[in-house]
Amino acid sequence: MIAFLQNIGRTSLAFLAAIGRIALFTAAAIRWTFVPPFYLRQLGRQILDIGYFSLPVVGLTTLFSGMVLALQSYTGFARFSAEDTVATVVVLSVTRELGPVLAGLMVAGRIGASMAAEIGTMRVTDQIDALDTLSTRPMQYLVAPRIVAGTICLPFLVLVGDLIGVFGGYLVGVYRLGFNPSVYLSRTLEFLEFSDVTLGLIKAAVFGFLIALMGCYHGYHSGRGAEGVGRATTNAVVSSSILILIANYIVTALFFG
Amino acid sequence: MSGVTKSFGDKQVLRGIDIEVAAEESLAIIGTSGCGKSVTLKCLLGLLRADGGSIKVDGQEMIHAGRHQLEAMRRRFGMTFQFGALFDSLPIWENVTFRLRQQQTMTRQQARDLAAETITQLGLAAHVIDQYPAELSGGMQKRVALARAIADKPEILLFDEPTSGLDPITGGVIDRLILDSVRRLGATALTISHDMASVRRIADKVAMVHNGVIIWCGPAEEMDDTGIPEVHQFVHGLADGPLTLAAQAEARGH
Repeated sequence: MIAFLQNIGRTSLAFLAAIGRIALFTAAAIRWTFVPPFYLRQLGRQILDIGYFSLPVVGLTTLFSGMVLALQSYTGFARFSAEDTVATVVVLSVTRELGPVLAGLMVAGRIGASMAAEIGTMRVTDQIDALDTLSTRPMQYLVAPRIVAGTICLPFLVLVGDLIGVFGGYLVGVYRLGFNPSVYLSRTLEFLEFSDVTLGLIKAAVFGFLIALMGCYHGYHSGRGAEGVGRATTNAVVSSSILILIANYIVTALFFG
Repeated sequence: MSGVTKSFGDKQVLRGIDIEVAAEESLAIIGTSGCGKSVTLKCLLGLLRADGGSIKVDGQEMIHAGRHQLEAMRRRFGMTFQFGALFDSLPIWENVTFRLRQQQTMTRQQARDLAAETITQLGLAAHVIDQYPAELSGGMQKRVALARAIADKPEILLFDEPTSGLDPITGGVIDRLILDSVRRLGATALTISHDMASVRRIADKVAMVHNGVIIWCGPAEEMDDTGIPEVHQFVHGLADGPLTLAAQAEARGH
C-alpha cells in the first residue's frame, strides 16, 4: 500500500516538475522573442519550411476532408430533406473546425518532429553548447525564430486550407451530388460570417505556437544519442497533438456563440 | 579554480577541483572516462553552474557572475568540442566566422576572406569554405573547429579531446596546429585529453583528475615519475593498477 502511494506521489511530482519546466521554457521563449538581436535569416528559413513546404500536406488533407464532409453531410441531411444545407455545413465545419485542427495535426507531425530532431541533434552533438561559447543565446537563435514562424505561418496555411477544403466540398457537391454551381456558391457564402474565419485563424495561431514550443522544448531537452533524439521527436508530436485538441476546445469555448 | 564542486542529483562529480593556470601556459587535464574532466571545462565556461568553490579568470569571479558578465567573459574564450560541434546547416565560412558575424563586426565578403585565411593557415584549401561540415573528414572538421575557435583571436583556448577519433598522423598534425595557434595568439590553453602522446606534445603542465579531485598537478616532463600509482597507471596505459574499469563504470553511475 505504501509502495503504491509512493508511486502516485513520485508520478505526481514528476508531472508537476515537467509542467514547471515547460512553463519556464515558455516564459523564456516569449521573453527572448522580443529582445534584440533578431535573427531574421533564421526566421525566414523557418517561415519557408513551415509555411511554404507544408502547403501540399495541408492542401491535400483539407481537400479530401472537404470532399468527404460534403458526401457525409448529404447522406445525413437527405434523411430529413435538408440537402440544401450541405454547402453551409461544409464551409462552417471547414473554417471553424476542420481546417485549423487538421492543418495543426499535420503540421505537428511534419514540423514538430523536424524541430525536435534538429534541435535534439544539436543538443547531443554539443552544437547548443557551442552557440553559448560563441556568444549566441540558443533561446534567441534557435527557439524564438521557430516560435514566431509557427505562430504567423499556421493562420496563412489554414486560410489556404479553408479555401481548398471548401473547394473540395464544391467539387463533390456540384459534380457528384448534382448541385447547381451558383446555388452551391451562394449557399456557401450566405451564412458564413467573418467571425467564423477569424475564429479558425485564432485557433491556427495558437496551434502554431504550441507546435513550435513543443518541438523546441523536447529537442532542447533531448536525451543522449539517437534514442534520446528519437524519444524527443515522438514526445514533440504526441504532446503537440494533444495540446492542439485541448486548446481547440478552450478557444472554441471562449469564442462560443 | 579552487574547491569547485558539482553534483548531478545525489551524485557528486566534482569534489573540490583546484587548478591554477598562468597566462600563456598550456595545461592538460587527464583522467579516466567519467572522472569529471568535461564537467570541469563546462563549469569554467559557465555552461554548467558549479555548486561551490571559486572560478576566477584574471581575478574575476565566474561562479556568481550574472548573464551579461558571463557572456562578456566568454568572448575571451575559444573552444573546440570533442566531436567538432560544427553547425551542420551552415557552410564552413559561416561556421568559422560565426561569432564575428553575430556581433555584426564584418561584411559577408570580409567574413569569407577571414575564413579562407584562417583555414589555409591550418592547412586546408581555401575552397573548403563553401563546403558543409558533413562533406569533410573527421580531421578536416577538427581543423575547422580549431579555425572557429581562433578566428577572433581569443585570450584563452579550451580544447576538449582535440585528437580523439583521429589516426596518429592526423592527431600529430592537429597537435602541431594547436601549438602554433596558441603561440601565435599568445593564448592560455587548457586541454582535456586521454591521448598521452598528444598531452606530451602540447602541455607545459598536466593535472590528473580522479574521483572528482586533482590527485596530481605538475610539469609535463615530471608526469612519468610522480610516485602516484593512479597517475603511473594512466600515463603508461597499464591494464593492472588501482584504476579499474569497474571503478570507472561506477564513477559514471552505471
